[in-house]
Amino acid sequence: MLKGIIGRKLGMTQIFDERGEAVPVTVIEAGPCAVVQIKTEEKEGYNALQLGFLPKKPSRTNKPLLGHFRRCGKGPFYVLREFRVESVEGFELGQEITVEVFKAGDYVDVTGWSKGRGFTGVMKRHGFSGAPGSHGTHEYFRHGGSIGAAADPSRTFKGKRMPGHYGNERVTVQNLKVMQVKPEENLLVVKGAVPGAVNSILIIREAKKRSGDGDG
Amino acid sequence: MNPVDVVEREYLRTDHPEFRPGDTVRVHYRIQEGDKERIQVFEGVVIRKRGGGTKSTFTVRKVSYGVGVERIFPLHSPFIEKIEVVSRGKVRRSRLYYLRERSGKSARIKERR
Repeated sequence: MLKGIIGRKLGMTQIFDERGEAVPVTVIEAGPCAVVQIKTEEKEGYNALQLGFLPKKPSRTNKPLLGHFRRCGKGPFYVLREFRVESVEGFELGQEITVEVFKAGDYVDVTGWSKGRGFTGVMKRHGFSGAPGSHGTHEYFRHGGSIGAAADPSRTFKGKRMPGHYGNERVTVQNLKVMQVKPEENLLVVKGAVPGAVNSILIIREAKKRSGDGDG
Repeated sequence: MNPVDVVEREYLRTDHPEFRPGDTVRVHYRIQEGDKERIQVFEGVVIRKRGGGTKSTFTVRKVSYGVGVERIFPLHSPFIEKIEVVSRGKVRRSRLYYLRERSGKSARIKERR
């Protein structure tokens, strides 16, 4: 059974759990997705399902892609993502995958692309403390300090944390609890924050490092 | 309807009476101590209402033994047993922070009718 789906981040809010405590949650539009392609051990060397999400007009799709979608009888879709599975048995082309693969109480891993922050200093990018605000500090407030010793080793070590591009990278948040599943509206409500901006595409999979029960 | 509102809708409470900043309210708040549960009443002036949906809160101020005490309650919290409006006040702004600097006669609020 496939425990994964493609979704779109809709925003955050808070709800009250069964104990009455306020819980921060993210609302995700998850699915419905269609199986567009089935990859098998014999043909592609591994077992996987390619899912499509967010329907788009055929007139906006190029012909090679239309041919790819024609085979499954669904689509075309804006988003295609692959999900590895143990075995492709029981899956057929065009089969619909809905948010009902998850239920409240499950734990999921959510993958997305984080918000791009551009070229960023060390304080924001690596959490450096910066320099003191007074005691003689002169025009040196958000710097990272020394980047190494002098004659020995007379170079800066590889991996030294410095300013640079931050964000806009693939990020996975593990073990988020599913608070609610709303199949009529295709909504998935998970506890906590997920990467990316509103409307960005997310991949939601069963938690890799945790089984169903337990609280956290 | 906005899907985020769809999620919030079922948590919104519609059983509270209408009240605004300046009103004096009595909030019956459920408190859990171990396995025991009791209800604490907090009575004071509403000095602020903020937020929307499930995130909205209100602040109640009272003066207890000469010390000003302010408490922020989530408006839709299930811990709130009930809210009673004791009196309605006539005020000319939505945030009554000026009450913090006042006491006695100057901290009075005119009644609204």
